[in-house]
Amino acid sequence: MTLALAVGAVLAIAAVAVVAAPFVREPVAADDRLLPPDAAQQLQLARAEERDRALDALKELEFDHRTGKVSDEDYRAQVGMLRQRAAAALRDADG
Amino acid sequence: MPDLGRAALVTAFLLLVYASVAGTFAAWHSRRRLAQSAQNALIAAFGATAVAAAVLLAALARHDLSFTYVAQHTSRELPLGYTLTAFWGGQEGSLLLWLLVLGGYSVAAVLTARRVGREVLAWVVPVLGLVGTFFALLLVFVASPFATQPAPADGAGLNPSLQNPYMAVHPPMLYLGYVGLTVPFAFAMGALLARRTDERWIVATRRWTLAAWAFLGVGQLLGAHWAYVEIGWGGYYAWDPVENAALMPWLAATAYLHSVMIQEKRGMLKVWNVLLVTLAFCLSIFGTFLTRSGIIQSIHSFTQSSIGPWFLGFICFITAASLALIFLRLPLLRAKTRLESLVSREATFLYNNLLLVALALTILWGVVYPLLSEAVTGEASTVSKPYYNFFLHSFGLPLLLLMGIGPLIAWRRASLRALGRTFLWPTAAAVVAGIALLAAGAGSSRVGVIAYTFSVFVLASIVLEFARGTSARKALGGVGWGGAFASLIARNRRRYGGYVVHAAVVLFAIGVAGSSAYQTVREARLHPGDSMTVARNRLVFRGFESSTQPNHRAIRANIDVYRGGEYLGRYRPGKNQYFAEDQVSNEVSIRHDLLTGADLFLIADQVNSDGSVDLKALQKPLVNLIWFAGFIFVGGSLIALWPDAREERRLAERYEGATMRA
Repeated sequence: MTLALAVGAVLAIAAVAVVAAPFVREPVAADDRLLPPDAAQQLQLARAEERDRALDALKELEFDHRTGKVSDEDYRAQVGMLRQRAAAALRDADG
Repeated sequence: MPDLGRAALVTAFLLLVYASVAGTFAAWHSRRRLAQSAQNALIAAFGATAVAAAVLLAALARHDLSFTYVAQHTSRELPLGYTLTAFWGGQEGSLLLWLLVLGGYSVAAVLTARRVGREVLAWVVPVLGLVGTFFALLLVFVASPFATQPAPADGAGLNPSLQNPYMAVHPPMLYLGYVGLTVPFAFAMGALLARRTDERWIVATRRWTLAAWAFLGVGQLLGAHWAYVEIGWGGYYAWDPVENAALMPWLAATAYLHSVMIQEKRGMLKVWNVLLVTLAFCLSIFGTFLTRSGIIQSIHSFTQSSIGPWFLGFICFITAASLALIFLRLPLLRAKTRLESLVSREATFLYNNLLLVALALTILWGVVYPLLSEAVTGEASTVSKPYYNFFLHSFGLPLLLLMGIGPLIAWRRASLRALGRTFLWPTAAAVVAGIALLAAGAGSSRVGVIAYTFSVFVLASIVLEFARGTSARKALGGVGWGGAFASLIARNRRRYGGYVVHAAVVLFAIGVAGSSAYQTVREARLHPGDSMTVARNRLVFRGFESSTQPNHRAIRANIDVYRGGEYLGRYRPGKNQYFAEDQVSNEVSIRHDLLTGADLFLIADQVNSDGSVDLKALQKPLVNLIWFAGFIFVGGSLIALWPDAREERRLAERYEGATMRA
């Protein structure tokens, strides 16, 4: 009973310490905001995702063509558009 | 010690309430330190829950019968292994396991979610905290595993059907699956609450979803094998509501794992994906509700309890709140691209999704219909095997076929000429297999022939995918066939791991079709010296033998098995009578033929006082493929789960800019 109480007390104190840690470590915060990404960063994120999607689509097309899943005609019909999209996405992401 | 357990649970409950309330406040008002504090509370709650679990485990190991839970689910003669697995043999222990696993997942997911963005993580914490609070509340106020009583001389023992090695791993695996689906749900809701509908929540939860799905799959397969060797009716899946309860979230998660690829590759189906994640999570809670509430008659419902209304209320709240949030965020979830062709990889994924969800929902209807019917008319009704089989055949067979079609079609669109070329060999293999099966007399089951023909088509398409992929990789130069094969898989683990899982599903389908559509069943009353024949096996009954073990008395019928004059061995089906539990269990005897994959399954249905036995013998062709498929499934899942350094670098580069400041 005594041991159980002692362990329970240690557990409770440890829990409080862990929960209070951010405030103990930093009693007065210069900036306590979570700072979500601003509009520019969100745009950059969206462009980075679009860039990866475009490059991935191009790679998939190349691979599907090599494995015979995409015929030469289909490949020619799609590759130009996908390359343009990838180039534009790269420009956007870099810009 | 029970005081320590109770104190630990109360601590966990308070911490989880704090994580929910303070976390919500912090996320709402954008308070960094408070959000970190709520996250710490979530982590500390896991620690407190672990202490509670350790207390219960210690009580079980010491046979401390002053714990009501220990007295109700163990006895002094119960072997230590089963005594420890009684942790999840009853309701209170199962709920504690739920909370413990949820705590583990929460800590791991939150600490490894580096790229999700703090503003999203700040919302993920209260969502995880809320789910944890619900289970902690049940454990503290409704179903405590630390209730005490004056210790009786002995405990009530563990349900005999749970005294099986599979029960050591089957329930924890299922729980790892059920509970794991909380992680993608929490991140999806966190992203919606934070108004971030980019792919970060998907990237952060990719592995957790896959792991939960794999655990749920393996857990079900282990459960099926447990039913096969332990329940003693000769089958492995009975469309029991609790079995269905595990299947439904698995189907929803399977649909999600496919459709999320369309979002990643094409930026489409954002609404559908959050709906699927919500459906999978709600179904996992519903599954726990079915198992633990005692609301249904099932071999798995080991408890009758009062927690049902709590679960029902929680499911209604979670479903309503999630749907309301998704509705509110619809403008943010609009796709910018559209499906280009109905003949494309993404279209086949869409068809696969519709079939999977339709199958899950028809099973759900089969599970809830008897409950609704009873509530409305006052009369209990049942939904039986033909209902489920009809929908399994209607949706399952096209799903099987789609597993072969999908990999053969390119993304975006495919021309007829390309389709003709890629479909040629798999179609030819399927047609040849179908004709051969009909010639071999397999036409007695139309569904069986269709399933086998489709299976050959899928296997051929998978082999072709690996062969063409390896060849294309080798053509780039610099590596031999082995290197090209390894490089192919390493460069796209999710795709090729997925194909291996598809192969497992095909083997599973072959095993199910073979063992159900083509099984032979014979029953006879045999006196010593009598014999019966089943599928070329002659079974001779040689009489009974019995023995007494510490916790049960065993009686076995000695059956000698011969085939074509060759003695194949002695098999001993029988029954166990458990003393403490005052229950009798069927103990089956199985002869595995690993060469053909078939089992000879013997059940001593009735042990008669005149020395005779009512013997039931089943010859189950290809049934071992089902269990073999489990290993392939695990292998495929591991390939898909294995960390990919190239992908990690790409993601790091992608998210560096936007998350550095956040």
